[in-house]
Amino acid sequence: MAYQIIQSQCSVCGACEFECPNGAIKMKGDTYIIDAAKCTECEDQGSPQCASVCPVDGTCVPA
Amino acid sequence: MSQVISLDSIAKAPESAETMRQDLAKGGCTSSSCGSSDGPADMPAEIWEKIKDHPCYSEEAHHYFARMHVAVAPACNIQCNYCNRKYDCANESRPGVVSERLTPEQAARKVIAVANEVPQLSVLGIAGPGDSLYDWKKTFETFELVETQLPDIKFCISTNGLALPDHVEEIARHNIDHVTITINMVDPEIGAKIYPWIFFDKRRIHGVEAARILHERQMQGLEMLTERGILVKVNSVMIPGINDEHLKVVNAEVKKRGAFLHNIMPLISAPEHGTHFGLTGQRGPTAAELKALQDDLADGANLMRHCRQCRADAVGLLGEDRGQEFTLDKIGEAVAYDPEKRRLYREVVEAERADHQKARAAAEDALAHAVDTGADAAPMLVAVTTKGGGRLNQHFGHATEFQVYEVDCDGVRFVGHRRADNYCLGGFGEDDRLETIIGALDGVTAVLTAKIGDCPRERLEEAGIVVSDAYAYEYIESSIGAYYTASVGSVDAGRASA
Repeated sequence: MAYQIIQSQCSVCGACEFECPNGAIKMKGDTYIIDAAKCTECEDQGSPQCASVCPVDGTCVPA
Repeated sequence: MSQVISLDSIAKAPESAETMRQDLAKGGCTSSSCGSSDGPADMPAEIWEKIKDHPCYSEEAHHYFARMHVAVAPACNIQCNYCNRKYDCANESRPGVVSERLTPEQAARKVIAVANEVPQLSVLGIAGPGDSLYDWKKTFETFELVETQLPDIKFCISTNGLALPDHVEEIARHNIDHVTITINMVDPEIGAKIYPWIFFDKRRIHGVEAARILHERQMQGLEMLTERGILVKVNSVMIPGINDEHLKVVNAEVKKRGAFLHNIMPLISAPEHGTHFGLTGQRGPTAAELKALQDDLADGANLMRHCRQCRADAVGLLGEDRGQEFTLDKIGEAVAYDPEKRRLYREVVEAERADHQKARAAAEDALAHAVDTGADAAPMLVAVTTKGGGRLNQHFGHATEFQVYEVDCDGVRFVGHRRADNYCLGGFGEDDRLETIIGALDGVTAVLTAKIGDCPRERLEEAGIVVSDAYAYEYIESSIGAYYTASVGSVDAGRASA
């Protein structure tokens, strides 16, 4: 139960980090990664916040 | 690289006010082609005070002062059909495109490095990629770091408006005098064709509902800002067939809510930009379509015609971009700020401005006189090549853009600039480039330049465009006025003898 970021698609804008209610997303090296242990797929938010705000479709996807 | 106000000469360590003065005479910018064309006589003193040194708000200031943008807030809360966030091309120059993203600390260091090298610097803007107020923590952190070192610099932000109502108090607290809101519609049905979705209230919203929320937030934010006396410029992207006619309604609505300036920008659209509009073949407006709309709106909110649609990390005078000189790897770790050069520059500009205003007044006077002598009053478009300082000081072959003025017996008015470098299409031979230039000069009667070779002169004349270097290094307005008076006179003489 976690999302992941497809690195080759990511534009590194950081919107997902800004929105993540679980603090599961952080910068590592040149890109953002999702900490699977903290990701809840936003069960209580209605929709995964990272995927909803991401400007590049198909970048924040279920792992 | 530098087209408008080349400060090459000025920016390179001028030792004294005298050197700066001489440099300005060679290539500063004292002409009339930026932002609001109104001068100090046309507006309340407190507004003039706020815009007189802001190149993006004052047509007059853009000849003297420089802005820089720092890209600290790359995240965005809406998707626009003319934007593709993955795309970045260093050869390009358009909004939302940037090469280097900065943390607020890095941005503050860059601002100081630029202030030391570019004494014309008067404005720091945060304009994307992304939305400055969606990613607001980074925006305000950057302002806080900079204001401790450069208390006299003006801050400026651009936003799509969706998050604006939440941050108006903070904007007022930071003494931000200038906010630009991009407003492309006031009708959500039209908005749905421009914005596929927004992210608001923790969810992605599509279609007309998304556009309606965006519209309401934009109008609310605009009203909140103008109530507090903050100057608001509205940018609109003109998209033929979608919002071109509708922008007249937008103009009336934003004017009603107190917008200070309305800047209509042409859609930039090409398949290689990877945007929705680029990929679906949506074209941008022609220069003539843009001017026709701007002319229609001339009685609405003040129109801005000198916008260069600069890159999100642009540095320098409008029309030039020295951003590549100030990338992070080129500025040191710790930079100390030296205020002396900027102070000196401001002194010089005060004097030069007065001089140029005198020259403009004299040109108007001469044109009014031409009416007395019975000259034909048909307006004419004249293009000039300039490196700034309001003078005809650029060689034709070095020009990547032309400033276009309309002249008749009522005076000389800046109407816009025409680019002749066509972004990163690249690979043009000289002949192809000349074709591009002739295309860009559509509707223009004459080109006044500092110098031009025989070959391009002949090609232009074959295309029906007169070229003259008779006014090399003179002030723009007085040269155009003199050219107009002479050529109208000769037309009349021609008619008389025919």
